[in-house]
Amino acid sequence: MNDRLAGHVKFDNVGLRYGTDPEVLSNLSFTLYPGSFYFLTGASGAGKTSLLKLLYLAQRPSRGAIRMFGQDLITMPRERLPDLRRRLGVVFQNFRLVPHLTAFDNVALPLRLAGADEKRVVKAVAEMLDWVGLTHRAHAIPATLSGGEQQRVAIARAVIARPQMLIADEPTGNVDPEMALKLLRLFEALNNRVGTTVVVATHDVHLLKKVPDSLIMRLNKGQLSDPTGALRYPPRPAASSEIGA
Amino acid sequence: MNTPPPPLSDAPEPDNAADLAAPARNRAAARLLPATRFAGPIPWVIAILIALVVIAAAGGLALKNLATSASADLSAAVTVQVIEPNPDLRAARGADAVRVLTAIDGVRAVRLVPEAELVALLEPWLGEGAASGDVPIPALIDVELSRSAAPDDVARIAAALEQTVPGARVDAQSDWLQPVYRALSALQWLALGLIALVALATAAAVWLAARNAFAGARDTVEIIHLLGATDRQISAVFLRTVLREAAFGAVVGAGLGMAAVLLLGQQFAALDSGLTSGGGFGLAEWLVIAAVPLVGVLIALLTARITIALALKDML
Repeated sequence: MNDRLAGHVKFDNVGLRYGTDPEVLSNLSFTLYPGSFYFLTGASGAGKTSLLKLLYLAQRPSRGAIRMFGQDLITMPRERLPDLRRRLGVVFQNFRLVPHLTAFDNVALPLRLAGADEKRVVKAVAEMLDWVGLTHRAHAIPATLSGGEQQRVAIARAVIARPQMLIADEPTGNVDPEMALKLLRLFEALNNRVGTTVVVATHDVHLLKKVPDSLIMRLNKGQLSDPTGALRYPPRPAASSEIGA
Repeated sequence: MNTPPPPLSDAPEPDNAADLAAPARNRAAARLLPATRFAGPIPWVIAILIALVVIAAAGGLALKNLATSASADLSAAVTVQVIEPNPDLRAARGADAVRVLTAIDGVRAVRLVPEAELVALLEPWLGEGAASGDVPIPALIDVELSRSAAPDDVARIAAALEQTVPGARVDAQSDWLQPVYRALSALQWLALGLIALVALATAAAVWLAARNAFAGARDTVEIIHLLGATDRQISAVFLRTVLREAAFGAVVGAGLGMAAVLLLGQQFAALDSGLTSGGGFGLAEWLVIAAVPLVGVLIALLTARITIALALKDML
C-alpha cells in the first residue's frame, strides 16, 4: 500500500509513559495523510510535546503501534531511523540551534548530513535565509540572535530539505504577527507546492483560522478528541474541519 | 541516502550566495561539533603511558636477545674438571682427558684452560692464595660440541673419560645458567605484564576522556541525531578529535621512550660486558618499538569508538 492510501503516519492505540509514571498519552489512534495540514492544540500539559516527540522519533511509545511512511516504527532497528528522520523537518519548542554554528551552518545542517553537494547547499541556504529575512545575520551565532531570529533560523533549518512531513512545536511563539503570518505562508507553500504534510502545535487560536483547509487535533489530558472520526477516517482531499471542539 | 529536494522557488541564486558561503568553505566553522579537546592532560597522560610501554618493550626485547645470545653461545659448551691435588699428576691427567675428548665423535674443539688463566679467574675471590698452590685448583677443559649438549652427550663424555680419568666431572655449561635464564624469562613476562597494564590504563584514560567529551557535547549530539545524523557520522566527529590527540601523545611518548632506550643502551654498551652485548637491537626490534605508538593510537581509537557507540545506544 502506498503512502497516499496508507497515510504518512498511522497511530494505533498508542500509549506513552515516562518510567513508571502514569501515561501522558493514552489510546491515540489516528492517521496523518500526505499533503494535509494539521494543527495540534491543547492546554499546557495536555501531551502535545510528547505526541510531537513520537512523531519526530525522539521517543518510542510504551504501547501500541506506529507506522510511518509505510514502515513499522516499533520493530524498526535504530540503525534505520536516521533515514526516516531525514524525511522529517522539525521546529523544536526551544529552537535547539547548534550553539557554535552560524545561522548559515545551522540551516545547512540537514543538507550536509544528507551528503548534499556543497554548491547546492550554498544556494538552498542562501535562498532560505533570504526567505526568512536573515541574510544579513548569516554569519551570526545563535547566542547573538534575538529569540525571533533564532526561531526563524530553526524554521529555515526544518524546511531546507523539503521534508515529507514538517513538525513544528509553537513555531510562531516568538515572532511578531507579521512574521508569524509569513512563516505560516511558508508552511502552506510547502504543503501546497511540495506536498509536505504539516503538523503545527500551537496555543494561538487566531493561527488556526489562517489556514482554511487545515485539520485540528485537540489533545486533552493525553487523549485525542476525535468525535467525528475525521482523524481516523479523514475526508480526502483534506477539508477544513475542527475536531473535538 | 535521501537526495535533497529541489529549492522551493526557481529563483536564481542570490547575488551574495558566495559571501554567505564563506563560513561553509571554512571547515572549522562548519564542524558538526565544536572543536572539543580531551580534558587538558589526557594527551600528556597518553604520552607518558606510551613512553613507559616503549621502555618496557625495549627492556623485554633486550632481555630476550640477551637470553637467546647467551643460550646460543653456551648451549654447545661442556666443561670437564679433573680434580687432582698433585699438580704434576693433575697436568698429566688433564692431558689424558684432552686426548680422550678429542677422539669422541661430535666433539668440535677441546681446550685445556691454562693454569695462569684459571688463577686469574679465581684471584678476585681467593686473593693471592689462588697462585700459591695451597688451594688445589682442578684442571679445567672447555669442550665445544658440534650441537647443543644434551644430557645423553654429557653422559657419553663422562663414560668415555671414566676409564682413563676416573673422577672427572662433566657439566654442560648451560646447566649453570638455568637460574639466569629463568630470571631473564621472569623479567620478560614482567615486561609483558607491564605493557598489558599500561595498555589497559591507556584504554581507561581514553574511555574517561571520550565519555567526558560526549557528555560535554550531548546537547549538540542530540540535535544532530534528531536531524538525521547516523551513529557513524557522530562517531567520526569524536574519532577525529581522539585521533589528533592520541597521535600527539603517541609521538611525544615514543620520542621520550626511545630517547630513554638509546640512553640506557649507551650506558650498557659502556659496560663492555659479554653478557650485555647480546642484548643489542636489530631492525626487527626497532620495528616492534616503532609499532608501539601506532598500536597505542589504535587502542585509543577503538576504545573511543566503543565508548561513543555505547553512549549513542542510549539515544533512540
